[in-house]
Amino acid sequence: MNTQEATYKYALRLGDSALVLGHRLSELCSKGPILEEDLALTNISLDMIGRTQALLKYACELEMQGKTEDDLAYRRSENHYYNYLMTEQPNGDFAHTIARQLFISVFEYLFYTELEKSKDATLAAIATKTLKEIKYHMQHSVEWTIRLGDGTAESHKRMQTAINDLWMYTGEFFEMDHLDMFLLHQHIAVDTHPLKAKWQDYIKTALTEATLIMPIDSYMQTGSKKGIHSENLGHILSEMQYLQRAYPDAKW
Amino acid sequence: MATDTQLDLWEVFIQSKAGLPYMHAGSVHASDEKMALQNARDIYTRRGEGTSIWVMPSKYIVASNPDDNDMLFDPSNDKIYRHPTFYVMPEGAKNI
Repeated sequence: MNTQEATYKYALRLGDSALVLGHRLSELCSKGPILEEDLALTNISLDMIGRTQALLKYACELEMQGKTEDDLAYRRSENHYYNYLMTEQPNGDFAHTIARQLFISVFEYLFYTELEKSKDATLAAIATKTLKEIKYHMQHSVEWTIRLGDGTAESHKRMQTAINDLWMYTGEFFEMDHLDMFLLHQHIAVDTHPLKAKWQDYIKTALTEATLIMPIDSYMQTGSKKGIHSENLGHILSEMQYLQRAYPDAKW
Repeated sequence: MATDTQLDLWEVFIQSKAGLPYMHAGSVHASDEKMALQNARDIYTRRGEGTSIWVMPSKYIVASNPDDNDMLFDPSNDKIYRHPTFYVMPEGAKNI
């Protein structure tokens, strides 16, 4: 594996996480709890899909097979996706949607802040652009976590349940496989190990203010870096790829 | 009108450029001022409409009663001395 091939895969992984979460959030379009929140969630979805486009486009350039970002998004099978398992978790109730966004946005904030310093100029530029959006996603999910946690007895209970349910998908954020290490040595990839303590600090502050209890690490789900997924991804892809599968090369 | 069950109502004012007055853009629902500002940003300023936002609780707006319009807004055209029509425009003044 040379640097170019490794960077291709790295961009693909980041792009896939943005793509799958973007799709998940788009499922809420017209189904938000109130009009204002419907728009907020679909705006975040659009930010994610915009970031996907930039990352997958770059992946295509590195792959040099003449593919487009649409080919990558819509023409791969399940075990060739490398999104974090967290991103494919169902929207559930509003508390689950917010907890998922909180965990991811805080991680992405820390991650892309480091990626901005990458020696790969394209990845660094994408990081700079996306950070502005991530700061807003983070603020949005922190504020909601506080309001739901420190809200009514019912909202507190649901928020705590969501935090507990999704905790086992947070371990993956901080995994480093041989590809990450290879690119880290070339100052392209981000070292996620030191981010864990910072991430826990941010989450702990938010949860404390929300009067919620931070779960203790136990069994953590893993697999996405190898293309192993929960049953959720298949359902997402069957909907997301339907048009390309039913009408290949369809044009507007 | 049906009872509004969706949190409190806030009025949104947007300044399109520094120095210009804040214009009323519409309203949003929100639980408190921070969320009101976020919702206003999401709904009214995603396409470069403004550089600054004000939000305020709608309940603090005091409005005139349409029934009083005759009393309040009749321009009293018969009282010609109320209108500055007796002045001669100074030469060279474009707007007065």
